[in-house]
Amino acid sequence: MSQLVLEQALNGLQFGLMLFLLAAGLTLVFGIMDCINLAHGSLYMVGAYLVAAAAQAADSFWIGLGVGVAGAALLGLLLELSLFRRLYKLDHLSQVLATFALILIANESVRMIWGAQPVLLNPPEALSGPVEIAGFFYPAYRLVIIAFGLAVALVLYLLVARTRVGMWVRAGASNREMTEALGINVPGLFTAVFVFGVGLCALAGGLLGPLLAVQVGMGESVLILAFVVIIIGGIGSIRGALVGSLIVGMVDTLGRALLPTLLRAALPVEAASTLGPALASILIYLLMAAILFFKPQGLFPARA
Amino acid sequence: MAFYRAAPWQKPVTITLLLALLALPPGLTALGQAFYIGFATRVLIFALAASSLNLVLGFGGMFSLGHAAFFGAGAYAVALCLSGGISDGLVALPLAMLAAGLFALVVGAISLRTRGVYFIMITLAFAQMAYYLFVSARAWGGDDGLPLTGRMTLGGLSLASDGALFYAALGCLVLTMIFLGRLADSRFGRVVQAIRENETRMEALGYPVFRYRLLCFVLGGALAGLAGALLANQTGLASPNLLQWMQSGTLLVMVIIGGVGYLYGGVVGAVVLLVLEEVLSGFTLHWHIGLGLLLLGIVLFAPRGVAALFGKSRG
Repeated sequence: MSQLVLEQALNGLQFGLMLFLLAAGLTLVFGIMDCINLAHGSLYMVGAYLVAAAAQAADSFWIGLGVGVAGAALLGLLLELSLFRRLYKLDHLSQVLATFALILIANESVRMIWGAQPVLLNPPEALSGPVEIAGFFYPAYRLVIIAFGLAVALVLYLLVARTRVGMWVRAGASNREMTEALGINVPGLFTAVFVFGVGLCALAGGLLGPLLAVQVGMGESVLILAFVVIIIGGIGSIRGALVGSLIVGMVDTLGRALLPTLLRAALPVEAASTLGPALASILIYLLMAAILFFKPQGLFPARA
Repeated sequence: MAFYRAAPWQKPVTITLLLALLALPPGLTALGQAFYIGFATRVLIFALAASSLNLVLGFGGMFSLGHAAFFGAGAYAVALCLSGGISDGLVALPLAMLAAGLFALVVGAISLRTRGVYFIMITLAFAQMAYYLFVSARAWGGDDGLPLTGRMTLGGLSLASDGALFYAALGCLVLTMIFLGRLADSRFGRVVQAIRENETRMEALGYPVFRYRLLCFVLGGALAGLAGALLANQTGLASPNLLQWMQSGTLLVMVIIGGVGYLYGGVVGAVVLLVLEEVLSGFTLHWHIGLGLLLLGIVLFAPRGVAALFGKSRG
């Protein structure tokens, strides 16, 4: 039992860190530009496809990851310059409509290029086996993902908390007009943040590719989770995104793994087998509703 | 934004269109295109669903991204009514509206305490919750959905033929639009629109802002339930896919295309989107790309919706 809990906790940590890669970009775009980007999940999907294609062409996962992320970031740059730059000025309704349109375009383009079947992305040969930690076996590749996630979180923290650009970003998130008035090149900052966010979500897509199926529609479900994360954490806050991601990752993974077993101890088998999965799948939404009820601005509001 | 006021040309145009619609099923049958009666019914049902969202979004100013939950609740309610032996629509449809309305009451009572982006997200979260609940409810078919035991009847009249269902949907839509038109002009409608314009001021004037918005939200949810119940009758299935957030997104797109806060915005948007789908899908399998590009065009060049392109229907 304790082994199961430990293993699921590691899975939850891994899931949470990947959610953080997605949520970090989303929370900044949302917080600084005040722009709802429903297409963030699509960029994650496109990133995964680009990584898969590049890895296949180069016959190396790591080269594929690098090329794929760079390709996605380039796509993000083009999108920002051509479309998002105009969207910042429009209202939320228009942003929702435009990025909804982008989801349609991205899904259909991917289906046209790669077909409707999921694309296979193999983890690097050396990492495909399990490793033994504390008496049980855990896939080496998942450990690498955890390491990647922690490293990115650390880099991001240093970047946002310790550098001048990071200071501008934080200033932009808490008061955009004032930041502009202080003479910061806000449009340039927006572009940089957007491209960086796209790169991060493509990285998440590429890293998760070998674990999940790379397929059309993979972006939509994860997008909602990323939104839940940034709402829990507080829009515009990187720290909130990290805490929110870990909470959501842990609660979701542990809930799915343990809740049915726990309920079986308290309820008749019949009721537990029906209620368990249902409750596990809505657990994070209940959590979000509860957090919003008590802290309507999220745990770490950026605009304090 | 200002208060809604019907344009003078609206009434004659509506009556002409209505007469044309009454002649549609026999006309299509005579032309040997009876297949399109089903399509036309679908358009009417989505027009009703989009109009219900327009009440919440356009008149109430509440940006809900979880409207499909009420749509789906209506579908499941009517499926459960039919399997429970209640096959008369005169009972089943009000029950579906009641179920969707009660659900909206719970969601609204909690969500309306938040503002702005948080409101968008919490309505979305509730819809996702409902979606996952229905997906994991094995007694109600889970993933596969709950098939209807048959179509309902309406006061003893059978709706088994596509033509009959078309007229039933048309009747529901017409009654709803008359209701919404009256509502927009009523005291309640005025207050709700005024709250959209300036909440603080209405609060200061002593209006119970929260209760007005909640009632508007519940009415929208109940009407979405009516549309869901009709759609379940057409497709013969109450599916959890009806509650998915992409469905909420589609309804939202319809309202925005048509024109937010215009009485006929939802109707125009549903017609435009579904007809476009039908036409584009005839040309190419990849019609989503065309649709996406078109939506982008609307955002960038006609941000106030199609209804706004044809004259001014706002005072």
